[in-house]
Amino acid sequence: MREITYREALYEALDQVMAKDERVFLIGEDIGIYGGAFGVSADLQQKYGKERVIDTPISEAGIAGACVGAAITGMRPVGEIMFSDFVVLSMEQLVLQAAKIRFMFGGKASVPMVLRLPGGSGTGASGQHSGSYENWFVHVPGLKVVMPSTPYDAKGLLLASIEDNNPVMFFEHKLLYKVKGAVPEEMYTIPLGKSNVVREGKDLTIVATSIEVMRSLEAAEQLAQEGIEVEVIDPRTLNPLDLEPITQSVIKTGKALVVHEAAKTGGFGGELVARIMESEAFAYLDAPVRRLAGLDTPIPYNRNLEYHTVPQVENIVEEARKIVQGVY
Amino acid sequence: MEKEKLIGGVFTPDEARRLLYLMMLTRAFEENAEELYALGKVHGTMHLSIGQEAIAAGASSALTRNDYLLNTHRGHGHFLAWGGDLNRMMAEFLGKETGYCRGRGGSMHIADVDANNLGANGVVAGNLPIAVGVGLSIKTRKTDQVALTLFGDGAANEGAFHESLNMASIWNLPVIYLCENNLYAMSTPFDVAFKIEEISTRASAYGIKGVTTDGNDVVAVHKAVREAAQRARKGDGPTLIEAITYRWRGHSKSDRQAYRTRDEVKEWMEKDPIPRFAKKIGVQEKEMEELRQRVKQDIQNAVAFAENSPEPDLNTILEGVYA
Repeated sequence: MREITYREALYEALDQVMAKDERVFLIGEDIGIYGGAFGVSADLQQKYGKERVIDTPISEAGIAGACVGAAITGMRPVGEIMFSDFVVLSMEQLVLQAAKIRFMFGGKASVPMVLRLPGGSGTGASGQHSGSYENWFVHVPGLKVVMPSTPYDAKGLLLASIEDNNPVMFFEHKLLYKVKGAVPEEMYTIPLGKSNVVREGKDLTIVATSIEVMRSLEAAEQLAQEGIEVEVIDPRTLNPLDLEPITQSVIKTGKALVVHEAAKTGGFGGELVARIMESEAFAYLDAPVRRLAGLDTPIPYNRNLEYHTVPQVENIVEEARKIVQGVY
Repeated sequence: MEKEKLIGGVFTPDEARRLLYLMMLTRAFEENAEELYALGKVHGTMHLSIGQEAIAAGASSALTRNDYLLNTHRGHGHFLAWGGDLNRMMAEFLGKETGYCRGRGGSMHIADVDANNLGANGVVAGNLPIAVGVGLSIKTRKTDQVALTLFGDGAANEGAFHESLNMASIWNLPVIYLCENNLYAMSTPFDVAFKIEEISTRASAYGIKGVTTDGNDVVAVHKAVREAAQRARKGDGPTLIEAITYRWRGHSKSDRQAYRTRDEVKEWMEKDPIPRFAKKIGVQEKEMEELRQRVKQDIQNAVAFAENSPEPDLNTILEGVYA
């Protein structure tokens, strides 16, 4: 199969769905002639016109609200928040409107919108442009939260998110945009709420999200050299969460490590660990379930400090080794 | 009918009587809701529009039901004027399964999306950004609909007001911004929160038309909304209308009204939009009494419907979170 980048996979998904479905339009800052701050929408405005690839003023609440209003009246908007950090400026529309409209109206409305949110550290963008805030939205009933880690998943999950009748927060990772992988040319969807067992192993279960999936796989390669067989699972969607493959894996390995880039305190790892502990897998555990996550700090500017703020391959290797060896 | 025979140049006698009935129904509905609240049958809180009924009557009659309504949480009158069913509305107040929102929304979130009534909103200015999306949707679908979005004077000081008006203006969206300026944002008087005399002057900042009108005059509101709708349907974009009015009751049920005088309230009660409109359309006391009886009966029927309706089944508690 041909290989394309994560960015190209997202572009292709948008291009194909716009060609097929008149209801889909893109809205965000500098997504037209500029092509999006990270180039995802590229030349789509030239292809589909200014009415379907809408450049907005710098108005994040307006972008989110425009998506909500268009969605409840029959459209399929795909909004872009230039840096996911700026989603704070849209919070009212997302948390108090998009997430709750259906419920508050007695199940008689739907809000089929997608908000694309480029996030994560590693680009030297420092404190206000590098955050990972996905778990805020996991905490809001009514929203779905999607975090693709590969080009294949990026395309299939974006198409599924656009097809979904709920508001979807779609977290992309800025460092993944250039990563290449096999992606089918035709349209396909990956169901929301389906974990992916990316690598099989018997000694330890690693559950990782977004860029930490790639790092965990690299760590697993290194650990394999030492005879440690790691199973790596990517939930792909944090809400809905497909827990079953995770608990089944933990039953098999008896050990689990959760890895994400977001700050540890209040992060998704806490939720995931709690779910494992509440499940039948508890009885099979022979080590504490551990979390490897971002430090509880804003993302620093300095290259070295930034690097050491979030889990890297060597951190995962070390942590996995400790768990397997029973030293923690 | 000849134009000169129309009341105020806009309403046929039948239409005028329908609107008078709607205003009286709204007032009676809210007075009744207050009683039900005092009896503990209505839960939570509610925001009454008593004294402001002319705006709903004037605005809704200037649009078609193919247009969209984005309401506020002081919007019972707008809901009824848009064609809301009294029984299902009362049932929603009582939290019943037969209510518009199956008892999940209550007074602050009452909606009827199938009727293009996109709901009351509990957040001040919460519907303003959404109106942009509705406007974009209309424009993309190339229909001749318009979106009427209501908000209070307090909402005009939210950041969402600016983002919304700017976006709707630059894209010439068919949105009518109707500000119900009742002179108080909860307890904050207009002149404490604004340096300007009229909110409508803010329209000039967006390059759109702004008008201030008498919000206690059904005809004036109707004309302002009708003109705005004509502009919107022609592709000339949004209009900011400010309708000056006054709420007789407190902000919500917890309001002791320490921020204003009884004399001020009394003065505004003398500007009651209901007898004013009745007089304008030539409805005499005998006919008023008939309307009052009809309203009373309709309210009684609605209360009976609501009280006899089932509570939501606990097994359905998670329904509607996701589609």
